[in-house]
Amino acid sequence: MNGSERPGQHPPPSSPQLPALPPPLWSARCRACWFGLALLLLVVASFWSLNLQWAQFLSLEAARSMGRFIAEFFPPDLSPGFLRKVALGTWETLAMSALGTVLAAAAGLALALPASRLHAAETAWARAPTRALLNVLRAVPELVWAGLLLIAAGLGPFAGTLALAVHTTGVLGRLFAETLENAPPGPGAALRAQGVGKGLVFLYASLPQVLPQLLSYTLYRWENNIRAAAVLGVVGAGGLGQMLAFHMGLFQMGKTASVLGAMLLMVALVDSLSYASRRWLMR
Amino acid sequence: MSTALAPPRHDPAWSGRLFWLIAALLLLWPLVVATEFKPWTLLAPANLKVTGQFLATFLPPAHSAEFLGMVARETWRTVAIATAGMVLALLLAVPLALLAVRVLSVSALSGRMALRSAWLRQLVRWLMIGLRSVPELVWALVFVRVVGLGPTAGVLAIALTYGGMLGKVYAEILESGDGHATETLLRNGSSRMQAFFYGLLPQNAGELTSYTVYRWECAIRSSVVLGFVGAGGLGQQMDASMKMFNGGEVFTMLAVFVALVALADRVSAGLRRALG
Repeated sequence: MNGSERPGQHPPPSSPQLPALPPPLWSARCRACWFGLALLLLVVASFWSLNLQWAQFLSLEAARSMGRFIAEFFPPDLSPGFLRKVALGTWETLAMSALGTVLAAAAGLALALPASRLHAAETAWARAPTRALLNVLRAVPELVWAGLLLIAAGLGPFAGTLALAVHTTGVLGRLFAETLENAPPGPGAALRAQGVGKGLVFLYASLPQVLPQLLSYTLYRWENNIRAAAVLGVVGAGGLGQMLAFHMGLFQMGKTASVLGAMLLMVALVDSLSYASRRWLMR
Repeated sequence: MSTALAPPRHDPAWSGRLFWLIAALLLLWPLVVATEFKPWTLLAPANLKVTGQFLATFLPPAHSAEFLGMVARETWRTVAIATAGMVLALLLAVPLALLAVRVLSVSALSGRMALRSAWLRQLVRWLMIGLRSVPELVWALVFVRVVGLGPTAGVLAIALTYGGMLGKVYAEILESGDGHATETLLRNGSSRMQAFFYGLLPQNAGELTSYTVYRWECAIRSSVVLGFVGAGGLGQQMDASMKMFNGGEVFTMLAVFVALVALADRVSAGLRRALG
């Protein structure tokens, strides 16, 4: 860029300044070029290896079957008896997400203690293994946990609640541990200097400082868990998802449509509530 | 005050805390009922036997060459579904985001935005919110019905959900920055495309790319989950092995999956750091 030239200042005529050429499109030293090439290869290889059935999807026949499929959704089943069932399913979904989040907050706090080093002199020998455990809990998605826990807990909302709790424990435990480590060390050090024990230092110095942050993380995860709980039932773990999979499997499209509607309504409501409350808090 | 009270021998706030704890537990009770929360069923002899048998088959993990080859193939398919889905999502998100961005409005330069373009922008925004708010698992269920089992349903599900999500966030990122350069370009008669490429995009390119990389990482995770409803990849095989109570296979695939997520996490964090 030759940004230094001003309209009034002409370059001396003896050395005509040529505008700099743009850099070449490809050079072996350019990391961005190699990265772009790798990305292009990844994309091409992905599409090539999946042999997607575009023909089947974009054909007239597919469009017709899609149209038929959508038409079957109407009219949605709005009979009072079924609506009561849907309301019950919605309540079950909300209860699963809330209880799962509460359990996860408790378990996450319990695991965050060994996973954090609260002051520099602490050996914190359990820190690395606990963090590894939290990472594994977090890496496996709720739905996979639900599939695994169905074997131990049987079909129904209990397995879903446990699955949400297990995954969220991993997420919250890690966030809690980081929050605890980042808390100002002063109050804890003061109590420790007086000879106060570890547990009391945590209860009266660390916890009160980080509690608002922990609460806000928990609320945020609850919001996420409502969304997750809605679809968790697809593998049989209770809530609206289980109704959706059940009625779709029986080709009762009217009922499927009302369940879908309830699900979308719930998600939209949660989204707008969280948006509104965040705006209200930020004000 | 001269007559200072003796310091309390115990925490004065203790009774209040106890009260709120008990109140919270009472409030939790309906939730416990609704979710059929019965932890003792885990310890019922029949359940314990099944769980024990399943866990016993975890070791040794399945490691025959044939099985490992299949796992490698399915792992690649999982990554490929996520990548292809992201590409299609970008094809959807970029035009939608450009349509929705208010900074690129010409009529807004002189007072209020024209009514028709304001409505168009709001409609596009609603479309994106609608696409995003249907969970990808539901899209996958629908597409499995239409195109049959296999990766096509997974790719389409990711494309639609992530298309809405990316478009909405792109529009927000583009609007959040300083719009001065773009406005100047527009005022001096450059076209909207020129204003975008020379004003808006260079300002926000880093943030946009870093968000896209982060979403690619999320797409890998969700493409495993989509496999559980029959959209191909590692998830579908995991579901099949779980249904056959084949613990060794489940264990191997879970380990591969955790490693894959950790790798994607590392790559994505590295790329985002490189972008600054």
